[in-house]
Amino acid sequence: MNEKEKILHYLEQNARLTAKNIADALDMEESAVAEIIAAAEKDGTIRGYHALVNWDKTDREHTCAVIEIKIHIRHGEGFEEVAKRICAYEEVQDLYLMSGGYDLMVVIEGKTLRDVARFVGEKLAVIDGVTGTATHFVLTKYKDKGVMMDLSSEDHRLMSEI
Amino acid sequence: MSLNYNELMNPIARDIKPSGIRKFFDLAGSMEDVISLSIGEPDFKTPWHIREAGIRNLNEGRTAYTPNAGLVPLRNSIASYMSRRFGLTYDPNGEIIVTVGGSEGIDVAMRTLLRPGDEVLIPEPCFVCYAPLAQMTGAVPVALPTYEKDAFRLTPDTLRAAITPKTKLLILSYPNNPTGAIMTKADYEAIAEVLRGTDIFVIADEIYIELCYAKEPLVSFASIEGMQERTIVVNGFSKAYAMTGWRMGYLCGPKELVRPALKLHQFGIMSAPTTSQLAAIEALEHGDEDVKMMREKYNMRRKFLLRTFRELNVPCFEPLGAFYVFPNFSRFGLSSEEFCRRFLEEEKVAMVPGSAFGESGEGFARVSYAYSMEHLQIAMDRLKRFISRLEG
Repeated sequence: MNEKEKILHYLEQNARLTAKNIADALDMEESAVAEIIAAAEKDGTIRGYHALVNWDKTDREHTCAVIEIKIHIRHGEGFEEVAKRICAYEEVQDLYLMSGGYDLMVVIEGKTLRDVARFVGEKLAVIDGVTGTATHFVLTKYKDKGVMMDLSSEDHRLMSEI
Repeated sequence: MSLNYNELMNPIARDIKPSGIRKFFDLAGSMEDVISLSIGEPDFKTPWHIREAGIRNLNEGRTAYTPNAGLVPLRNSIASYMSRRFGLTYDPNGEIIVTVGGSEGIDVAMRTLLRPGDEVLIPEPCFVCYAPLAQMTGAVPVALPTYEKDAFRLTPDTLRAAITPKTKLLILSYPNNPTGAIMTKADYEAIAEVLRGTDIFVIADEIYIELCYAKEPLVSFASIEGMQERTIVVNGFSKAYAMTGWRMGYLCGPKELVRPALKLHQFGIMSAPTTSQLAAIEALEHGDEDVKMMREKYNMRRKFLLRTFRELNVPCFEPLGAFYVFPNFSRFGLSSEEFCRRFLEEEKVAMVPGSAFGESGEGFARVSYAYSMEHLQIAMDRLKRFISRLEG
């Protein structure tokens, strides 16, 4: 990994690290790290800094589903046009173009099962070019972005010797 | 009860002082929501590919003993590490023993070298096992104090002044637990100069040698001219590869010493755990990147702590090794035990009093940074609060 990649790697693991912290780890000048981060923000390499929330620990109702979508490409259009239309819905968390048995994979979050069903039936299925969908509801999220949702895995050390 | 255990048992075992911080841990353990800065093992898990090597070999049913000295491929890997890293030549067949952690290596080396009445020079503050293990052989531990003004390095003058006709062994434990001090090549040269022409042996406990934040990589004491013939190097996998629970260490030394040491290991242990040995091969052959990544993270935390102590006006020499800092809290007028006790009771943060590592640790505390940045930040916020209250 080059310097920029290392900095991105650190931030991806912990967005609250300061440029100073990262400079300490990499034996760089704080200003040099700050510059690289600023440039990465500007050119869109860094797209945001978010808290990783385990909503299961709250009272908020929410449902998450993964939806496989098959697309029939019309003449003169690509996947991108369809993808853009799907992205426009704010329920859509993630959208990927996939290899294999289907074309697009959407991760959506809604309040209830009915919200998700309504999204698929009323918004997704009616998009021009969508020929089929398969919806999979998430039952439990164990790990997200490399982080275990279960706190009991946090410090595995049993013994505090000298 | 008819047996008078106290009278009947080995008086040396009976009289060994329990580790000085036990009661402190008991106190911390009895409180809720304590955050600790006291653990002396990596917070990282063993890198996955190393764990996988252990699992794969278990799946393949490799569950038998290994040769007493350890698997040949592991001894070969150790020999090649000692050579590429320190320029030292050790014959995998006769000069290397794979041990159950570095601790067994220290124990076996001491029992090989020491006779009753021999004096063992132990620079302090230091890890707590050396004196009790020496005492079990009937030898006499002699503390060599080291000082903050010398960055807790052993000086040739201190060493020279402590040597008597009975001096048999010097322990060198750098990078040091608890101070984080290192010895550079030049520092070691000065020590070697004192030892040349004597019959004094050295156990170089180099378990933290991969965790160094100086520009120049550390040298092994055995690589100083004329020292290999009198040195048993103890090293292992616990700290560098975050493999504490695998209990994997090794010792390297002249075959005249390793041969008798192997008998003690053979009769006491048989052979180190097989799964762990197979995982250790993976660590040595493919673990360099993991060590580098962990070192970077330790360094981030180390510098954060040093900066915080500076802001708080707490003197702290810059430790360049291991994962400890050893700040000097003496300006608050409390003993290190009292300081740590009050900090624990009032702010629920546990540090280890420096006095637990020898008299010369009085006034200091050991702060481990084998913790996440978030954890350290919380602990330092509490320290700030505590200190501003003390300064009232």
